[in-house]
Amino acid sequence: MGLESAFADEPAFVPYLAAGDPNYEDSLAYVEALAEGGADAIELGLPFSEPIAEGTTIQNAIVRALESGMTVERFFEFVEDLDVDVPLVCMTYYNLIYQYGADEGPRPFVEKAADVGISGFVVPDLPAEEAGPLRDACDEFGLDLVFIVAPTTTPERLERMREQVSGYVYVQARLGVTGARDDVDDATEESLARIADWDVPKAVGFGIKTGDHAERIVGAGADGVIVGSALVDIVAEGYENGDPTAEVADRLEALARELKDGALRGAQERPQPERT
Amino acid sequence: MSTEDAHDPKFGEYGGQFVPEALMPAIEELADAYERYVLNNEDGFMDEFRSRLADFGGRPTPLQYADQLSERYDTDVYLKREDLLHGGAHKLNNALGQVLLAKYMGKERIIAETGAGQHGTATAMAAAHLDMPCEIYMGETDIARQRPNVFRIKINGSEVVPVTVGRGTLKEAISETMREWATTVENTHYVIGSVVGPHPFPKMVRDFQSVISEEAREQAIEQTGGLPTDVVACAGGGSNTMGAFAEFVDDEEVALHAVEAGGSSLTVDEDEGVAPNSATLSTGDEGVLHGARTKLLQDSDGQIMESHSVSAGLDYAGVGPELAHLVDEGRVTPVNVDDDLALEAFHRLSQDEGIIPALETAHAFGYLEKYHEDLGDTVVVNVSGRGDKDLETVIEETTKRDLDIAPDMSILQRMGGSGL
Ligand SMILES: Cc1ncc(COP(=O)(O)O)c(C=O)c1O
Repeated sequence: MGLESAFADEPAFVPYLAAGDPNYEDSLAYVEALAEGGADAIELGLPFSEPIAEGTTIQNAIVRALESGMTVERFFEFVEDLDVDVPLVCMTYYNLIYQYGADEGPRPFVEKAADVGISGFVVPDLPAEEAGPLRDACDEFGLDLVFIVAPTTTPERLERMREQVSGYVYVQARLGVTGARDDVDDATEESLARIADWDVPKAVGFGIKTGDHAERIVGAGADGVIVGSALVDIVAEGYENGDPTAEVADRLEALARELKDGALRGAQERPQPERT
Repeated sequence: MSTEDAHDPKFGEYGGQFVPEALMPAIEELADAYERYVLNNEDGFMDEFRSRLADFGGRPTPLQYADQLSERYDTDVYLKREDLLHGGAHKLNNALGQVLLAKYMGKERIIAETGAGQHGTATAMAAAHLDMPCEIYMGETDIARQRPNVFRIKINGSEVVPVTVGRGTLKEAISETMREWATTVENTHYVIGSVVGPHPFPKMVRDFQSVISEEAREQAIEQTGGLPTDVVACAGGGSNTMGAFAEFVDDEEVALHAVEAGGSSLTVDEDEGVAPNSATLSTGDEGVLHGARTKLLQDSDGQIMESHSVSAGLDYAGVGPELAHLVDEGRVTPVNVDDDLALEAFHRLSQDEGIIPALETAHAFGYLEKYHEDLGDTVVVNVSGRGDKDLETVIEETTKRDLDIAPDMSILQRMGGSGL
């Protein structure tokens, strides 16, 4: 399933969870709850030991997942075991993709990912300059490669990304690392304006926490919202309190619904619709 | 060095710029500043750097003939005394260069990570000297074993930010500093502590450190009438190694030895994700960490392993990409020395030559003890730093072992505690 399809009819809600957080079985239930709550695509984190683009919340999720035995092979099994019918994006760091292929570069990883049903990748430590081999492999197997646009990204670099991006473009709402925030940064609107004429959907992430945030971001012109840390917080809290899996899943589903509804409201407020 | 080379982010297949998007403009800006100020001496940057290294830093450092070691090993041993540089380690060369560069670039704030605390100390000193606010990220394990440097950092007016994730060593501190940089990139410069990280750091740090081999080469010619047969330096990230090697790389007749930490063993526990050593060049394989493709200690999935060494400054799962490249090319020989041999060498150098070396440096002398027969007749050892920071660790680790060479420390026990 191509990633753009997730944005086709209405603003998309794209949640993130680390696969295997806090363990394999619960994590399957949590990801499925997000789909129930209205996710249009799901970013699944394949945990890497040095997640330099991640804030404390997701770092801790990654530690929990690794400690409970998540590996690259288990991740692929996880994707196969998932019972959801929305496109899945693998979010990970380049070393895992690269290492899987031994001497063959990223191709074997992409082939396997395609095989288990992954639709695309977000690789936060792989800038457009270094992405050639992964882009080629994605083209070969029909997968998308999402790039992140930061508030600091220069116009020259925007052009480089524009040539390579597919699926959606991930608009980083503010500087820094992932983590839920209580406000929406002005940088978001400026970033959206800079890429307004790109012909891929624009999804905004980093710091979105509530339905109101989602509403404002879609109202500002985004085609979708990406939410990670606010959802991971629910997993973490459930884990720390020893709450039953079903209860945590219900909370995730409820927040997912709130975020999706917020995005839908945002679309109605837009002066004129982006897409025809 | 040519400007063209300055733009090439790679050393063979190693190096590159694998960083989050938010950091890309900052490292491009830095690459530009590196070319203008460091390579082209714009606004007299390099002149100011050299003059501050002399007046504030105390350069040049001597190339000292070591009488006792020369006799012991039946070869001429010369010591490049970076331990005599201000701050007590080679780290000041780089820290002063980068803090000054940050000033030329109009940055307002400095952040850095540190393992042994020597880079943190050097950066704190340079920041105080050049009047820049500064924060140093340091893993909790390293804070505990390098307390004197934690004090020095704070006394020089910098903040120490403890990093608690993972094992709390250099690897975690670097990751955390990168995160902080991604948040504050517009006004902050990250003074990376070794020849690691994304381009242009490995080249720039090498250039700041290459003053070591520039001096050593001239001093050797002056004092011995020719080039040394061998240069030996310990390798953590590899900054003193690259500094000591850089000007000799084209002298094919000079053998270059990079001494890594063999820790307690070279065998790895894959299930636990732990390497009881940090012998990256000898045992690691290629991967991407902290912004560069290089040799790494990693498991078969590509997860980075925790490394171990008695010396905090060598305790890192990666290594500089240029060093990895020079090893592949056969120009640099990677070797390793375990914790025991390093401790023994620590005591030997202290007793024989009256020089208390850093535990990092002691690895280079451990190599000399074990392999001197393989070396030529004029050996330069880079004394990367002095060992004051390590005294607590040395006493603790020596007490655990049965080292013939160690002094009797019981006087301290009678006084109750180490008294340090
Ligand atoms: C005295 C000394 N030598 C060597 C090292 C290892 O670092 P590098 O290999 O970058 O020189 C350190 C690191 O802190 C150090 O303090």
